[in-house]
Amino acid sequence: MTPGFGRMLRKEDQRFIRGQGLFVDDVRLPGMLHGAVLRSPHAHARILAIDTLAAEAHPKVRAVITGETLRERNMAWMPTLSGDRQAVLATDKVRFQGQEVAFVVAEDRYSARDALEMIDVDYEPLPAVIDARHALDPGAPLIRDDLPGCTSNHIFDWESGDAARTEAVFADAEVTITQDMLYPRVHPAPLETCGAVAQYDKVSGKLTIWETTQAPHAHRTLYAMVSGLPEHKIRVISPDIGGGFGNKVPIYPGYVCAVVGSIITGQPVKWMEDRSENLMSTCFARDFHMHGELAASRDGKIRAVRVTVLADHGAFNGTAQPSKYPAGFFGVFTGSYDLEAAHCRVTGTYTNKAPGGVAYSCSFRVTEAVYLVERLVDMLAYELEADPAELRMRNLLRPEQFPYTCQTGWTYDSGDYPRTLRMALEIAGYDDLKKEQLAERAAGHLMGIGVSFFTEAVGAGPRKHMDILGLGMADGVELRIHPTGTAVLRISVQTQGQGHETTFAQIVAEELGLSPDDVEVVHGDTDQTPFGLGTYGSRSTPVSGAATAIVARKVRERARIVASAMLEVNAADLEWERGRWFVRGDPDSGRTIAEIALAAHSDLELPDGVEGHLDASCVYNPPNLTYPCGAYICVVDVDPGTGKVSVRRFIAVDDCGVRINPMIVEGQVHRGLADGIGMALMESIAFDVEGNCLGGSFMDYLLPTSLECPAWELGETVTPSPHHPIGAKGVGESATVGSPPAVVNAVIDALRPYGVRHADMPLTPAQVWRAIQGRPLRTDLAIS
Amino acid sequence: MTIRVAMTVNGTEYAREVEPRLLLIHYIRDELGLTGSHWGCDTSNCGSCVVWLDAKPVKSCTLLAAMADGHAVRTVEGLERDGRLDPVQQGFIECHGLQCGFCTPGMMMTARWLLDHHPDPDEAEIREAISGQICRCTGYENIVRSIRWAAEHAAEHPGEST
Repeated sequence: MTPGFGRMLRKEDQRFIRGQGLFVDDVRLPGMLHGAVLRSPHAHARILAIDTLAAEAHPKVRAVITGETLRERNMAWMPTLSGDRQAVLATDKVRFQGQEVAFVVAEDRYSARDALEMIDVDYEPLPAVIDARHALDPGAPLIRDDLPGCTSNHIFDWESGDAARTEAVFADAEVTITQDMLYPRVHPAPLETCGAVAQYDKVSGKLTIWETTQAPHAHRTLYAMVSGLPEHKIRVISPDIGGGFGNKVPIYPGYVCAVVGSIITGQPVKWMEDRSENLMSTCFARDFHMHGELAASRDGKIRAVRVTVLADHGAFNGTAQPSKYPAGFFGVFTGSYDLEAAHCRVTGTYTNKAPGGVAYSCSFRVTEAVYLVERLVDMLAYELEADPAELRMRNLLRPEQFPYTCQTGWTYDSGDYPRTLRMALEIAGYDDLKKEQLAERAAGHLMGIGVSFFTEAVGAGPRKHMDILGLGMADGVELRIHPTGTAVLRISVQTQGQGHETTFAQIVAEELGLSPDDVEVVHGDTDQTPFGLGTYGSRSTPVSGAATAIVARKVRERARIVASAMLEVNAADLEWERGRWFVRGDPDSGRTIAEIALAAHSDLELPDGVEGHLDASCVYNPPNLTYPCGAYICVVDVDPGTGKVSVRRFIAVDDCGVRINPMIVEGQVHRGLADGIGMALMESIAFDVEGNCLGGSFMDYLLPTSLECPAWELGETVTPSPHHPIGAKGVGESATVGSPPAVVNAVIDALRPYGVRHADMPLTPAQVWRAIQGRPLRTDLAIS
Repeated sequence: MTIRVAMTVNGTEYAREVEPRLLLIHYIRDELGLTGSHWGCDTSNCGSCVVWLDAKPVKSCTLLAAMADGHAVRTVEGLERDGRLDPVQQGFIECHGLQCGFCTPGMMMTARWLLDHHPDPDEAEIREAISGQICRCTGYENIVRSIRWAAEHAAEHPGEST
């Protein structure tokens, strides 16, 4: 096997294909009890009384916990990752359907569920705020009357860019495009729902929590803040995670209840939510009402972009994103183009819906940004009767402009955008496709070709600018080299399927010349790994991958000193080739890392001030984000009779810098492309006017299957990140970010004979059929 | 009230006193400790819980354990035979047919059934066969390739089924 980068089969697969993964629900402890959550049937109601007597009398029930129980422990509320607070169990009001009201601990999971039925809650229903567009109306029902001084549902205003300069460009623009767009509320829906097993040991005072979490260290710190337990007495274990996509970043009330249940009963408590609980109560994504504008010249030069956004954050501001960025990284709505000016204003509001907003592989809302600008550019092409690919090519940033600081202040690190787009057009056979489309149209068939180009912003981030609840977004790593030359790497980030056990071993292998099989990667246990903020926002490779390369280089330099003592030469006279140090001019004189490791643990006399062993650690504070990019082309066929969209082809050319394991990169791209088809055509968490969630099961919340997805056609360009030690940029979310506008652009292109300029996602058969018929389109599909 | 539910799972006979309402997936996972099969949705949509009941793939989240009384069940733990991986298992490794690994056992059980009945399926037949199951990680293509790999390497990996 070639050490280092390249296609390598995954180490972790051996256990999964045997059914020997260890997911949270697979954890079984002696004496373990089971918890279940009672949830609100109302979107907004005052709690008048909760009667738990009958439930407590159930022979298999060990404890019934309500908000009052938690209040006595000062745990009825917990901080959210956005600095708001969220009810663990409701004490005063319920604020969304599915909100946590009580928690039952019983001997088995069925009895716990039975006992939920025996709890009697007296609710006084209140008027609910469901449509975000009316949440800030005078007289709108006040949702957060628990917050001192809170008099409206307004959460924040945030703006970016230069309003005056943007207005000036718009004032003299030859062409302007204006469109309202909704990026509907969707849900990451990992196949494994969220859950926890909490075990509190009264004797040692140690709390161990097995959890579905993408950020075990951040969770440990938060548990210390919430529970008052000292942080060193808390151990968070994130075992195998069945997909996350941002859904498993926050702390959920069920986790806290499991902890309290274990403290109260003195036994381990497991809580696993069911699918409906996952879809109705955990971190949703998007729900961005956008009013977008684009200014251009008549000959197709894009000059400025302006957008106002109403962001529906649900009942608690529970978004998970860097504190100084209340709208995430939406600021990169400037896209991949060289603009004269740009400005956005985002207003966040509470509604009587589940909390969340930043999830589903969104790169902290770059999804919304890319969708906005890529739809506007397509509308400009429509207006000018220009080819959408040509129009983009004319406006893309040129390679010599990098590093490029966009109009909202983000410094894109590198890229060769025209080359990336050209490759996608070549793979697609774009010119032939256009000809085919003409022929299809002449025959009355609706064929659409959609193009999108995206610039991602990932790898949060520089500590100076980026933190979550005051915790800077730097990540630690530790590398231990055994005397026989094998290694253990301890990382802070948390795989949910990304294959860290393989790729991080490959980084060490590349840097030290070991076999990846000789590098064990330890992760997902706060007692065993250094602090770091975890895996989301495509940050594992940009941040922790960089830390890993740097720590391996530290080991390499340490090995050089040991080798110089072994060879009795000056360290400056040694040269490195992968796997060994040798004396310059004498290639036969080398010592391998394994030989050096043994010597480093021996009685070899080392220079003064040099410690033995080769072990090292490092904390990586990224100097900038990394900026992957990509060009996507989607080809669809639309059935004019039913409005059904079929994706015929999907071409994706990604540039994520250097690829550690191309097989894994391509797998991640495949995933995101499927996401794009799902969001563009099928997925939506909708509500009725009373706030009943209409997307509460996989029968209502539709996800793409093997039949909706085509065989993907991939290409790659490689523009290394100049500031990343191995030139990698991260790719986990690229395709989720870049693909929805390609699908939507393709569908709208197919509908061109009907003069359709825009329709909001999801482009279900009903929505497309309405567009074909010229009937009014739903402008807020989040409300049915 | 409990009832006695006995069945053969991966060739081993089991009997447990359980509640009549116990779901088959919970019998397999919680009573027998075979946690390779997963529970994902409750509504027969996702297929994480697919096992064989008498040599036919079923969704064990919507079957009662009692309905499997006296029958033969096969789970992912029964794919490997005498230390030899089933070609389907090897195919999923070779073609990167899994990422988080949660849907994988169910997908592999359906794949094994498909290959037993259609040893040389084309892409469309594979997509049809797994269309009742959801994978959130792979976009399906590498699962399709994995199953094709298993079809092409059947002779080299005579793991074989029932």
